[in-house]
Amino acid sequence: MKRTRVAVLGAGIVGAACARELVLAGLQVTVVDRGGAAQATTAHGEGNVLVSDKAPGPELELAQLSRRLWPQVLADIAERSAHAVRAVEWEPKGGIVVATTDAGAVELSRFADAQRAAGVRAEVLDADALAAAEPLVTRDHTGALHYPDDAQVQPAAAAAALLTDALQGGAELRTGCEVLGGVMRAGRLTGVRTPAGLIEADMFVNAAGPWAGELAARLGAPVDVRPRRGDVLVTTPLPPTVFHKVYDADYVGAVGSSAEELQTSAVVESTRGGSVLVGSSRRRVGFDDSLRPEVLSGIAAKALRLFPGLAGVPVMRAYGGFRPYVPDHLPIIGADPRLTGLWHAGGHEGAGIGLSVGTARLLRNLLLDLPTEIDVTAFRVDRPAVLGATAHPAREETA
Amino acid sequence: MTPPHVTVVGAGPAGLAAAETALTAGAEVTLIDSAEQPGGQYHRMLPDAYAAVRPERLQHGWRAFDRRRRRVLAHPRCTWWPDTTVWALERLAPHEPGPPRVHVLCGPADGADRRRLRLDPDALVLAVGAHDRMLPFPGWELPGVFTAGAAQALAKGERVVVGDRVVVAGTGPFLLPVAASLLEAGSRVSAVLEANVTATVARGWSQRPWELAAQAGKAGELAEYTAALIRHRVPCRTGRAVIEARGDGRVEEVVTARLRGDWSVVPGSERTIAVDAVCVTHGFSPQLELPVAAGCALRGSSAGEFVDVDDDQRTSCPGVYASGEITGIAGAPAARAEGALAGWVAGGGDPAAPALRHLRRSRDQGRAFAERLVRAHPIGAAWHGWLRPETVVCRCEETDYASICRAVTNVASAAARVAKLETRAGLGPCQARMCGPTVAELSARLRGEPLGRPVEGLPAAVPHHRPIAQPIRLGELAGGPDHIPNDTA
Repeated sequence: MKRTRVAVLGAGIVGAACARELVLAGLQVTVVDRGGAAQATTAHGEGNVLVSDKAPGPELELAQLSRRLWPQVLADIAERSAHAVRAVEWEPKGGIVVATTDAGAVELSRFADAQRAAGVRAEVLDADALAAAEPLVTRDHTGALHYPDDAQVQPAAAAAALLTDALQGGAELRTGCEVLGGVMRAGRLTGVRTPAGLIEADMFVNAAGPWAGELAARLGAPVDVRPRRGDVLVTTPLPPTVFHKVYDADYVGAVGSSAEELQTSAVVESTRGGSVLVGSSRRRVGFDDSLRPEVLSGIAAKALRLFPGLAGVPVMRAYGGFRPYVPDHLPIIGADPRLTGLWHAGGHEGAGIGLSVGTARLLRNLLLDLPTEIDVTAFRVDRPAVLGATAHPAREETA
Repeated sequence: MTPPHVTVVGAGPAGLAAAETALTAGAEVTLIDSAEQPGGQYHRMLPDAYAAVRPERLQHGWRAFDRRRRRVLAHPRCTWWPDTTVWALERLAPHEPGPPRVHVLCGPADGADRRRLRLDPDALVLAVGAHDRMLPFPGWELPGVFTAGAAQALAKGERVVVGDRVVVAGTGPFLLPVAASLLEAGSRVSAVLEANVTATVARGWSQRPWELAAQAGKAGELAEYTAALIRHRVPCRTGRAVIEARGDGRVEEVVTARLRGDWSVVPGSERTIAVDAVCVTHGFSPQLELPVAAGCALRGSSAGEFVDVDDDQRTSCPGVYASGEITGIAGAPAARAEGALAGWVAGGGDPAAPALRHLRRSRDQGRAFAERLVRAHPIGAAWHGWLRPETVVCRCEETDYASICRAVTNVASAAARVAKLETRAGLGPCQARMCGPTVAELSARLRGEPLGRPVEGLPAAVPHHRPIAQPIRLGELAGGPDHIPNDTA
């Protein structure tokens, strides 16, 4: 019997995770990227694997599924590619959320109660416990919570490990290969045109991250995915200074907001190399890659509110990336009802690194018509947030 | 009419000349340099504290430089900001004409109270120069291995010698002044080794000799250095290189070897020389982070990438001019000519002024000289033959050659940014200034064809992309710029 052929469009972490799941399920997979693997959004993030910033609901369920899968997936890959997994720098270091206002503390406490009811471990830290866990954090706080299940990866290496495993399983990778348009036969998508020729498959997975909207439009089935820029500061290497992923309680609000204008909230963590990563910002500015000093100032000011002692630490680098943003802040996972043969896996905004493995597992089951571990109704393609604004695809460019 | 405001970044030969002609053209000038004194690498000055009686002893063209320095700094329309670094250039929105906004930090880099300021000039002249290029070799991370530029800076700027017995190696005419500086400062130079074989050097220098006539000053300078080396009986060899440094905790000896024309090592030609320091130069890398941040187009050449400029030193970015080593490694006379042209045009001077004719000629002669330099002192394609799997390539992060080979030859991690994050090469404090060009070259060779076009919106993975051009403390960043001192200028 002829094997089902799947073309995964996009070799970022979501595409890599999907390719791996589909190869392991016995499908014939080709991964296509217009650039090199994992070089865009994946290589410009912080590597968050978080449950702490998600309110009870479908995204938290996906985060919990992904958090369960990550150690299994990495252990599985390590049997074949130990080096690739070492480079992932998996750190189940836990997250600490710190409130610095009274209102923030009340909100944080209510948020955590709801999360606990949904099965999230969230432990209240009193002042002494916080000082023991993070000696340099501000004494001027109003409440703190510890989320032991938050973790961190080096995102580009995580994508490389997933992709390496997919390739070992028989997937093919085609880089420098841009999808120009789709080819239809008998009402279904049967191929994509690229400068290197036609790529034919039985199914196509749109995993193009913030470019998913543009790609889907080229294939004739637009979805409303827009770029939302974020910037990160990197300090010079320090002796151990920050031990968890520490963030300000107002980060949760920023993640959930839809504002176009700049929002900053503090996310501070160290990396294995000794540098401290300082985020984060959210701006909807199209694909504008220019650095804005006022944005970096805002990030630094927020970070110093959490860690006043870091004021003298030099920042040696900054980088920015584009999150794939959907107006209702939920991923898009599943078949496109308008175009047979087209599937979507994307729209994770800033959580795609963490959610990649869960997304890939759901997509695999949907594609093979198997039951899914969690309810995927909320992620379906034909919901207003995904299809609603596609009548005005040019809106973001003129914003 | 208010005069235009020109900001000149860098006060070496090019920047100082730019400031002077911009003032002549009638502009207000802010001259910025990270050092305490003007002069750049070329006219590196002893700090006032040393109270040198004869600073010109180690310097060429000192008197002319000193006159220009005094004229510029004393000019009523010139503001001189020493100890000032540009940490970011902020491109304005496409509909706002003019050069990028200039974000600076004023005050010594190690000082606790640097001021953060912001400038909005009408024109920006970038004259930020170049830094040493050094190819890696086994043991180059040992203390006692210096870039030739660092050794010379210590000798010229602080009268400190890097060692008693020193080998100077690499390629290019810079080997000679470095050796001469070391001798002058009291070191014993055991050997000067030019990696290129005599045939390559001779072919490069002897073609079109009339081009050299215009650089008579340079030739005289080199003759002087050569005389110094002969006087001190320093052996000078071509076709020989330092291929390894060894020592327990610091360099104690170097292994030299004979090279073929392509820099492959001739087996059996290795020799060991006891040293306590080795100075190596493989030419210069232009400091391109500010031009790249401004959005200036680059041009590729056999000697690497440089800022692309037109006949008036304009870059592709409106209101931004480039001069000196960032447009091509052509030495101080060409840098001065370029700076003078750039400053004049940036300051509103007439680009057709007859007086510019000799500047253009001098610049063009300098460029011809630069091309000759590249031909006479190329980097041989087989240089990496002396690398071993465990040889450190990125000294900041201690990334070895084997790691780079592994990352770059795996398609899943071969993209430049992905390989960089995985190997950490270039992520350390020098931000790839030293290893960037080397890693890019090794990767291109190992990987073969490029992986695809740059991604829209994300910066191309060029080694020069450093949006934070100089480190800035979190506290300084959080504070925001103080005020705009030339707002009313």
